[in-house]
Amino acid sequence: MALRGNLRDFTVTQLLNLINLASKTGTLIVDGTSEQAYISFRDGKLAYARIGKDDGSLASVLYKANRINVNQYKAITERAGKMTDKELGLLLINAGYVSQDDILLNLQSYFTDLIRKLFTWVEGIFRFENDILPPDDRINVRLDLENIIIEGSRQLRELEQLQDEIPSLDMALKFTERPLTNVNLSVDEWKVVKFVDPKNSMRQIAKTNKLTDVEIRRIVYGLLQAGLVELVRPNDAPVPTVATTNAKAFPTQNKEEQKSLIHKLIGRIRKI
Amino acid sequence: MQTVKMVVTGPFSAGKTQFIQSVSEIDVVATERKISSAEEKSVKSATTVAMDFGRITVDDELVLYLFGTPGQKRFDFMWEILSEGMLGFIVLVDSTRPETFREARSILETFRAYAPTPFVVAANKQDKEDAWDLEDMRHALRLDKSTKLLPCIGTDKETVKTVLIELLGGVLDSMESQK
Repeated sequence: MALRGNLRDFTVTQLLNLINLASKTGTLIVDGTSEQAYISFRDGKLAYARIGKDDGSLASVLYKANRINVNQYKAITERAGKMTDKELGLLLINAGYVSQDDILLNLQSYFTDLIRKLFTWVEGIFRFENDILPPDDRINVRLDLENIIIEGSRQLRELEQLQDEIPSLDMALKFTERPLTNVNLSVDEWKVVKFVDPKNSMRQIAKTNKLTDVEIRRIVYGLLQAGLVELVRPNDAPVPTVATTNAKAFPTQNKEEQKSLIHKLIGRIRKI
Repeated sequence: MQTVKMVVTGPFSAGKTQFIQSVSEIDVVATERKISSAEEKSVKSATTVAMDFGRITVDDELVLYLFGTPGQKRFDFMWEILSEGMLGFIVLVDSTRPETFREARSILETFRAYAPTPFVVAANKQDKEDAWDLEDMRHALRLDKSTKLLPCIGTDKETVKTVLIELLGGVLDSMESQK
């Protein structure tokens, strides 16, 4: 039976746990809301990972980790041609640019970061392909999943807490009276702050900034905690009045009769 | 016979059943079960699993029903059903249990999302020595100034009546502002 399903029913943490326990070999493919992830395993250990358009080549991993400079990176991508990552790695080691440990540690760190990113995905369709093995032209690692799973569980708990704090992304944000000065915001926080307006729901802000549900919740939670914003109903949502939003609340639709009914209730309760 | 309803919600053990009992003319039709969780058992021995149900008859033609929601999160599927067609809702918070404030806020936001009807927040058990001050609770619950936060003692009929009347006042204000 193919291992396939929806992240809403089966979380990334549960998937990794299953792959680990069953010592599976193959590739987990997840179609997220905006990107696709390929995570390959060998005997239940993480071998390789790639998300979206990032090619995850050895040159780009080492460049991002500041192990090679921009000129070296350019020279490698221009001259390496069809060289595989394994061949390139050997070349770099022999030339004394990096050690074997450098390569392995940086790849492990890069793949772990991608898995961390995957943990933030709560929407997506996944399938595990036994026949798709880790790519031959890339350097594979053998990374135990246990610690990654523990970290994922922690993130899952955080997600549950964030969902408690911000149950619906259909709510909008507005600035509190507190002035937005002398506040140190991260780039992602600024991206969200730029769109704080009762017209924009958090879901819209997330979509515009290509943020996952968890990422937008985490940022908004921080802004709420700092007292910079508060949750409001979006402007284009139904006006929060009884008659328009909850017509079933009254047995009559006549406004005067509705008011009379409320006055009767108040009078009755006073007499209890 | 015309019927209207209001919903009393809040975290586990906030005092919702007692609140309704204080003003209901019938014994509250409670659907309580013994608590199995050791943690929750230390707070109280029985809890509402479907809903509480109280009644206030106004006259031959009008009856107000009060529905209490189950406080435990695993029964939150009931909330949306109970919120349908309500005049407004009361979020009851135990003033002596700050560990439930976060959940109270979450419940409040959830109900606001279900139905944007008027609501008030009632700080219950204000007669207890370790009850939090209203202003501290307002900060902790992150309520803006326009949200009514009322002191309440669930066993005291008068404070319960005040909460209900304030909510009905909010319904009237909402109708006025619609003009």
